[in-house]
Amino acid sequence: MTAIRFLVNGAPVELEAPGMRRLLDVLREDLGLTGTKEGCGEGECGACSVILDGEVVVSCLVPACQVDGRIIRTVEGLAARTPDGRILDDLQAAFLATGGAQCGMCTPGMLLSARVYLDAGGGPDEDAIREAIAGNLCRCTGYTKIIEAIALAAETGRRPAGA
Amino acid sequence: MTSRTPDRPGALSTVATPPRPAVRPAEAVIIAPGIAVRGHLITRGPIRREGPAKLTGDAQYADDLVFPGAWYGATIRSNLARARFLALELDPGFDWSNVVVITAADIPGEPLMGAVKGLTPDQPVLVPLGGEIQHHSEPLALIAAPDRRTLRAARRGVTVRTEPLPPVFDPLDSDKVFVSHDVVAGDLAAGFAAADMVLEGEYRMGHQEQLYIENQAMIAVPTEDGGVTVHGSLQCPYYVHPALMRALAIDARQARVVQAETGGGFGGKEEYPSLLAVHASLLALKCRKPVRMIYERHEDIAATTKRHPAVVRHRTGVLRDGTLVAQEIEVILDGGAYCTLSPVVLGRSTTHAGGPYRCPNVRITSRAVRTNTPPNGAFRGFGAPQVIFPVETHLNRIAEALGISPLEIRRRNVYRLGDVTPTGQVLSSSVAGLEVLERAAEAVDFDAARAVTQQARLTGQGWDSVATSPLRSPDRPSASGIGIALAWHGCGFTGSGELRYNSIVTIELDATGQVRVLAANTEMGQGTRTILPMIAAQALGIPSDEVEYAPQDTALVPNSGPTVASRTATIVGGLLVNAARQLRAEVEARSGGRSFAKAYREDAARHGPSRASAQYQPFPGQPFDERAFTGDPYPAWGWAACVARVDVDLDTGEVAVRDVVAVDDAGVVVHPILAEGQVEGGTLQAIGYATIEEMKVQDGRYLNDRLATYLIPTAVDAPRITAIMVESPFDGVPHGAKGLGEMPMDVGAPAVIAAIHDATGIWIDRLPATPERVLAGLTASAGANESGRPGSGGHDRPGGRP
Repeated sequence: MTAIRFLVNGAPVELEAPGMRRLLDVLREDLGLTGTKEGCGEGECGACSVILDGEVVVSCLVPACQVDGRIIRTVEGLAARTPDGRILDDLQAAFLATGGAQCGMCTPGMLLSARVYLDAGGGPDEDAIREAIAGNLCRCTGYTKIIEAIALAAETGRRPAGA
Repeated sequence: MTSRTPDRPGALSTVATPPRPAVRPAEAVIIAPGIAVRGHLITRGPIRREGPAKLTGDAQYADDLVFPGAWYGATIRSNLARARFLALELDPGFDWSNVVVITAADIPGEPLMGAVKGLTPDQPVLVPLGGEIQHHSEPLALIAAPDRRTLRAARRGVTVRTEPLPPVFDPLDSDKVFVSHDVVAGDLAAGFAAADMVLEGEYRMGHQEQLYIENQAMIAVPTEDGGVTVHGSLQCPYYVHPALMRALAIDARQARVVQAETGGGFGGKEEYPSLLAVHASLLALKCRKPVRMIYERHEDIAATTKRHPAVVRHRTGVLRDGTLVAQEIEVILDGGAYCTLSPVVLGRSTTHAGGPYRCPNVRITSRAVRTNTPPNGAFRGFGAPQVIFPVETHLNRIAEALGISPLEIRRRNVYRLGDVTPTGQVLSSSVAGLEVLERAAEAVDFDAARAVTQQARLTGQGWDSVATSPLRSPDRPSASGIGIALAWHGCGFTGSGELRYNSIVTIELDATGQVRVLAANTEMGQGTRTILPMIAAQALGIPSDEVEYAPQDTALVPNSGPTVASRTATIVGGLLVNAARQLRAEVEARSGGRSFAKAYREDAARHGPSRASAQYQPFPGQPFDERAFTGDPYPAWGWAACVARVDVDLDTGEVAVRDVVAVDDAGVVVHPILAEGQVEGGTLQAIGYATIEEMKVQDGRYLNDRLATYLIPTAVDAPRITAIMVESPFDGVPHGAKGLGEMPMDVGAPAVIAAIHDATGIWIDRLPATPERVLAGLTASAGANESGRPGSGGHDRPGGRP
């Protein structure tokens, strides 16, 4: 067992876990953050994507020991928390408006890949968006409305960076 | 884009030019409990009901559910395709005290499963000792342990002893026919005698994996009355419910099925969850703990159902002008090791085999046979894609041989109002084949676009003379092509399927004044939870957000039938309108002339709860004879067309699908965004089927049973897909909606294959069009061609006259 400390969605976390425990399991089982999904367990589908120090990683391939001292953002950290409840960020709202989520299993990972793309200044260009989400498989949408959502969020461009 | 057949006004409102969706800045607006958006959400139609939960990570899929003290279950499977199961040995050196093991001998009820009512059960819950293993990865035993580590160790302590038996893998060699049909219309011999040309062809398709992103998942919780409640990822709660009763020998109250949020199904969660639920329940009842059975991707691909592989043969007689005069079609589906849904799938293959074309003299023979591979089952399209690709490709070859354009030959033969199908159905309403065809052609200016690609091919200029190709580079010659396909798709079950289910839908106004729809139809991404309340609200004259959709829990909702066969919007939606109208009439009758909208809350307070139900009634028309395969197999048909543009790399054979226009007739579009989402997603699955999705089978085992090796299109592979909705309302249901979800799956593959031909001159007769197959075609074409240059006009010769 290793003592591991990190920030998740802005909150400090400290836990004892086997060093090779998958970050995916740490998030889902130890921390109850089940918004991060498992689709294949071998880094192919992107459903378990999270943001680690500003970059998208597949949490099924990241051992817990590697996140010590680092900053993680999951889908639960996208919406702004206010005393009255959560307010969706522009990207989530755009997915809602365009129909970018169908079954919802790829959605958390898709949102996080798109978030990193937008935070890096990505714009509404279709090919660039396709590249940005190339690691996230979706079987429902044909990607059309996901791309439309990300382009819409890029156009509105009112996102508070790193909120 | 939405158009409406001019003389048939629809029942629901439609959207003309969609506003660009956006969020208008303003105060935060609550859209779900505890979730808001900043400002007003501008979109087309109500937002997806569970959308906010899916976007925040709140949505609870089966593996997200926590049951304290739950054990973990696993399946011991065969590693041979056919064998005798001799022994299950447990390592005496392992401590088994904290592990439960289940074999076939522990099954309290019926040892064999049947997919649905009316089909003979033949699939063992577990293969009994001494019994025959019929496929690789077949379940032999189950184990459960309190934690994963113990489970893994216990698995290693199990040894299976088997004696190999000779397997059958080629469906053409099978000696076991699950079901067969022979449909005859007109006089085939006379038809061929009158033909100016006869063309023969054989087409083959392999397995396709549904590849829902959420794997199969089920959690069984034992209850105090000796029964079990299962929570799972599933399409059909009322398939699982009787399966539990049969296998566990429990009564209807002891079995309870609750659908968790479901991460895609596409047919893959139609019948398989019944087996998984029985497995989890057997373990749960033995260890008296909740048992989690969450498949990993590898196990899911290795063991669960796929689209049926098929061999389809066509012999077609035509007149010089392209008029079809004789169609002789043979369809063979590979059912895999057990019957499961094969008879139902074959029914659809048989009724759709001739395509959406008028032909007076037809014979369709079809059979589904057993092989020693995992059972094949439901997958979006359900037997139709396997016959539409052949009939469409065959028609294109006929058109080429006659020198008619693929668009024109379809115009000449497509069903019109009043035409009669091979089963004798008179197409008396909602016939939109020509409309979807013309809309698709017009959207891309098909004739002009094809003239350019044809010219390029005939002059051997490849990409040089056509619009920019992503494959284009000086050292990689490529060619571009365009192709069109057309299909029909029967709405709802084939034949008397609906009669067997007698679906019931209920709508209630509870004592608190809440209106609620009670139906068993599941949300799996396609939008059931959003559209059924919309349909009810429309009938009641109230806003859709005032109608709740009850959870899909067999303790709460009646059996409104399975969520399959594109039947939810049309069949279940129709029942719902009838139930809602009854409720409305009842409330308005005692409300002194006030509308339901104004009166219903007060009515609930004054009179208490009210309920209204509607049960399936047969549609007018000829009843369907299941034996003779005559009559009206479906109350209505949907129509779909697709145009695909591809680039083919002439050095590597790689096919890039660049853009696709899909035109689908949904009768009436209930929700434009959700409808387009169905078309776009179904189209990409069809493109995967056409180009890259291939299950490699060796000795009855799927070799590429991982996501690293079974490839589906990524965002970079996917073309731009434009969905165009056509509305030709179905007058047999009050709201006019037909099925939608499956049609895009039917037309995508033949459109892509036609485009590959347009680019290269080669005919691909086996899906998918892998680089290897395309390259083999190019090489053969170059060999047959004097110029020796691939892509410069060589093509298969049409078959000779009889």
